[in-house]
Amino acid sequence: MPIFFEKRQLVTPGELLAEGDYIGGENTYIENGKIYAQRIGLVDSENKKIDVVALRAFYVPKVGDIVIGSVIEVGFNGWTVDIKCPYTAMLRASDVLSRPFKPQNDELSAVLNAGELVVAKIASYDRAHDPQLTVAEPGLGKITRGQLMHVTPTKIPRIIGRKGSMISMIKQETNCQIILGLNGVILVTGKNPEDEELAMTAIKKIEDESHTSGLTDRVTRLLKEAKQKREEDKK
Amino acid sequence: MSNKPEKLIDKKGLRLDGRKIDELRPLKLEVGLLPNADGSAYIEHGKNKILVGVFGPREMHPKHLSMNDRMVIRTRYHMAPFSVQERKSPAPSRREVELSKVIRESLEPSIFNDLYPRTGIDVFIEVLQADGGTRCASITAASLAIADAGIPMRDLVVACAAGKVEDQVVLDLMDEEDKLGVADVPVAYMPNLNAITLLQMDGILSPEELEKAVNLAMEGCKTIYALQKEVLKNKYQTVKEVEE
Repeated sequence: MPIFFEKRQLVTPGELLAEGDYIGGENTYIENGKIYAQRIGLVDSENKKIDVVALRAFYVPKVGDIVIGSVIEVGFNGWTVDIKCPYTAMLRASDVLSRPFKPQNDELSAVLNAGELVVAKIASYDRAHDPQLTVAEPGLGKITRGQLMHVTPTKIPRIIGRKGSMISMIKQETNCQIILGLNGVILVTGKNPEDEELAMTAIKKIEDESHTSGLTDRVTRLLKEAKQKREEDKK
Repeated sequence: MSNKPEKLIDKKGLRLDGRKIDELRPLKLEVGLLPNADGSAYIEHGKNKILVGVFGPREMHPKHLSMNDRMVIRTRYHMAPFSVQERKSPAPSRREVELSKVIRESLEPSIFNDLYPRTGIDVFIEVLQADGGTRCASITAASLAIADAGIPMRDLVVACAAGKVEDQVVLDLMDEEDKLGVADVPVAYMPNLNAITLLQMDGILSPEELEKAVNLAMEGCKTIYALQKEVLKNKYQTVKEVEE
């Protein structure tokens, strides 16, 4: 049962990872009892399970994920929403209005128009059906203020950090509200544009250096220094 | 073509550009150079210069082309009007439509197209300069661009041609050899799975010569594959170096 990789080795699609009694995990496939990589990424193994942590991938919807999308079309009984993934999502009118929807009484474009942004949760999705969104939960719904930024969806877990350590640190240091869409769209809302700008630089730094260790400390230092500099400028 | 060369292979066994019979043309590859595309690659193979952009997976337009059980792959092979000596009309020619199909079919086996049904990917191949063997160079670059787009694949596809010039089987034919030679055999190959995804023959070869040509082309493919992997890894190497 040989393995053909070192821990955290960079692999390309089609590279042979292991043979025999192993379990193929994320971004791998098995052919003739051999495990190969499916994407460019770093190999990780735990017990008998071999995963490839992809460096390049697109977002695939999962039920329960929070995503940020923009309305592309107002339809008869709902909206079509672009959530930066291979499928366009649907948001039903009855879900947003939280009461029975009557086409003759309600003008949908007055509630949510094309081009407007929403924070939503994926209510249902499978191979045969496009994702359905829901906003019937606190914290979800139309976005009225803040700034948006885009990152690679695979980097979101790093921005969250272990048990949310990274993101809560940024929130605390910058006094900003940050909503991470798992589809790689991030909403930053602060009291003033400078705070938002600061939070965005920190997130950008995490995205660029996502595979380094001790990143939390460096981001903390970056934020503290930037804040200090701003104080001095004010004086 | 101004004047026809007398001999394609000289007494020393060297070809018009000074290569040995089993030598590849100089090769240069680049990945991820188009920020607007989801994945991209550029190849310089001898005098060939080809740029590839990949988009998707995304919803198919027009919608009726989407398939309920798999991802559709669309390729467009196009030669720029300035890619050859005499201006080529930019409208797709019979040859370009055929090559688009051939390239698509040689890439399809490498892609897991059943994972994301009802979607499609678009592969745009733009030949900026042509010098024989563009279909092979296009396949090599397109496969690299697909990997760069983060689309799950079985293996990278590499392609390389072999053929017969005068009375010898040679590797990687250039334009003159292609036009004045006896036969041309393009081969696309997935080295890790040891599977051929494209095999064509244009010209006349004996069964023994064909076998020799295919084996020679496969050897060439392996050399290109090593470079292909190296280029792909180099793009992300910085990530790894910082980590260490």
